[in-house]
Amino acid sequence: MPTQIIKFYQTGTFTVGNRLLDESQRTVQARMDRTNGLDCGHRACQGCGEALGARYAIDAAMRAAHNQIVVANATGCLEVFSTPYPETSWQVAWMHSLFGNAAAVATGIAAAMKVKGRNQVRVLAQGGDGGTTDIGLGCLSGMFERNDDVLYICYDNEAYMNTGVQRSSATPPAARTATTPVVGDRAESGAKFGQGKSVPLIALAHQIPYVATASVANLHDLEAKVTKAMGLHGARYIHIHVPCPLGWGSASSDTIKIARLAVETGLFPLFEGEYGEITARTPIRRRVPVEEYLKLQKRFAHLFGAEPDAPRIAMIQAIADRNVSKFGLDR
Amino acid sequence: MLRQIEGSRAVAETVARCRPEVICAYPITPQTHIVEGLSEIVKAGHLKPCEFINVESEFAALSVAIGASAAGARTYTATASQGLLFMAEAVYNASGLGLPIVMTIGNRAIGAPINIWNDHSDSMSMRDAGWIQLFAENNQEAADLHIQAFRLAEELSCPVMVCIDGFILTHAYERVDLPTQEQVDAYLPRFEPRQALDPDQVMSIGAMVGPEAFTEVRYLSHHKQLRALERIPVLSEEFREQFGRASGGLLRRYRTEDADTIVVALGSVNGTIQEVVDDLREEGVKIGSVCLGTFRPFPLAAVREALRNAGRVIVLEKSLAVGIGGIVATDVRMALDGVSARIYTVIAGLGGRAITKASLRKMIGQAQQDQLEPVTFLDLNVGIIQRHLERESKLRRSGPAAENILRDIGLVAARIG
Repeated sequence: MPTQIIKFYQTGTFTVGNRLLDESQRTVQARMDRTNGLDCGHRACQGCGEALGARYAIDAAMRAAHNQIVVANATGCLEVFSTPYPETSWQVAWMHSLFGNAAAVATGIAAAMKVKGRNQVRVLAQGGDGGTTDIGLGCLSGMFERNDDVLYICYDNEAYMNTGVQRSSATPPAARTATTPVVGDRAESGAKFGQGKSVPLIALAHQIPYVATASVANLHDLEAKVTKAMGLHGARYIHIHVPCPLGWGSASSDTIKIARLAVETGLFPLFEGEYGEITARTPIRRRVPVEEYLKLQKRFAHLFGAEPDAPRIAMIQAIADRNVSKFGLDR
Repeated sequence: MLRQIEGSRAVAETVARCRPEVICAYPITPQTHIVEGLSEIVKAGHLKPCEFINVESEFAALSVAIGASAAGARTYTATASQGLLFMAEAVYNASGLGLPIVMTIGNRAIGAPINIWNDHSDSMSMRDAGWIQLFAENNQEAADLHIQAFRLAEELSCPVMVCIDGFILTHAYERVDLPTQEQVDAYLPRFEPRQALDPDQVMSIGAMVGPEAFTEVRYLSHHKQLRALERIPVLSEEFREQFGRASGGLLRRYRTEDADTIVVALGSVNGTIQEVVDDLREEGVKIGSVCLGTFRPFPLAAVREALRNAGRVIVLEKSLAVGIGGIVATDVRMALDGVSARIYTVIAGLGGRAITKASLRKMIGQAQQDQLEPVTFLDLNVGIIQRHLERESKLRRSGPAAENILRDIGLVAARIG
């Protein structure tokens, strides 16, 4: 990791990446020449983690590629809120085709650029968790195994938010969605335990050059990972955790806080991998119990109340604990 | 250059001379030999520059093609049958985005029951998807149509399917006059896209469109096809002048001048039909046939002109609109609105069943005595149907229909005759 270690407790997150950092390491967003790849005027909700993540990711990619990027976008919130016809918030060459084919479209764009000798043009694909972990997984896996020269970014808000908050394979256990409702037996309410998948680990299993997870709570780390990915060729994958105030039932002003708690509880481990091996992880300085994360979100409200659902909160804590030991997140 | 060559190989070599820059390949019978041929041509370095991409599904094949075409590359793929259905969402997307992809369809039936043999169910299922659909009568035309298809697609920014009968054409060895590179280069100009993803000229493609403009965008798709109706005959004529042979066009008439009865069909079965026409003409029957070369856009005016003086029109089609009958026949009826001809729909050749001269003669004879049902299934084995319906009426758990019928027939291997 090319980042400089910052002591959060000394500075608070508001100053991170700026005054205390060396000039060359300051955040892309702090620069006068930032590109505003996803520009103002889009229709994302207040506090949208996906819009924030996309803006930082695309600007970092543009900076790394001297603005020579093309983006293929899956159907989803990001696509819908950014391009209400005839307007567009994209200041990059951008294309939306279908829900499940962003990775394949990007492969095609990369092939066209290669055949035309435009080797300086870099290709990105992006989508939400539905477009990535579910309907787009076939095309994504194909792009990975061919090692096509594409950076795929998944903005994971843990459900199908664009269609009204339905469960995806990235929805965490116990979370309430429109298709995992809180009705009937309390012990069965919300998403089931023992389901879901980790696409970062699936990506890693393809032995591709680079895989990383990132969070909008640590934007400087996110930028660094995108920059690192852009310095490599072949198939690369970055999975960004992006809270959704609407779908998670959280305050718009809590997006960063919730994203940070996901990391600090161990529920969303930050790591990097290369060619099938995990090569770096972000240790958790001070672990936080999962309740701190869960209770800020109405999608988990059924776990609390007068009589908290202690057994299932413990099961979620066990998931966090397993992540910490599996990825070695203890300092 | 005359060659005794497999249809698929002729298509592959002709496509290569069209200089596609990106080719996406996924195997499905019976189009597989085409992409195999192209992979060999690309690997051997005979087609440069070209990216040949082995994808993981037909949906990915057309999606990769969409990306490549949107980035300004001349793009080709091929598929058939289930593969075309698996990519259906992308089929509509490619035309909606106005991407001039050329795709060969090795026409094959759609299951269940699974069947690898020829009929037109696959491309018919995509008839309304906004692609131009050209049908080849023989291997020469199968090869030639691809050259015209790239020209037409790129002129109009509209994707084109070149439909060639699976096995009957794809796997048949015939004499084909393969065009030279110089000939193709003279006919097919460099691809100048109307839109291309380019970091130096930033644009967004594929935005969401609401009711305020959707109808207009769809109308423009229709308008493109109406323009194709004008361009297809012109491009076919230019092709004839440059290559010295007739290929393509909206339709071809065969001995229709004074014909009372005209048989209309798509694709390779026209060869058999023309032989039957010749035989019947020898016997003094006033009969002719029309080979429809373009199915989308549907050449209403040309069809009307060709059929208007016939008393009987028999539309022979290798597809079935379950619940009504014909697909091609419905369009022919529209072309003949207000004309008093009797129009028969004959469903034939489904799943590769051979369409024999004897069966055609018998069917035409019945039509001429007005004894043909409005919708007829050529060579339908009525006995087998009865037996199965009886079984179903007697037994609730009667089992799977296809397997029962195969047992009734008593065959252990596919027989297409």
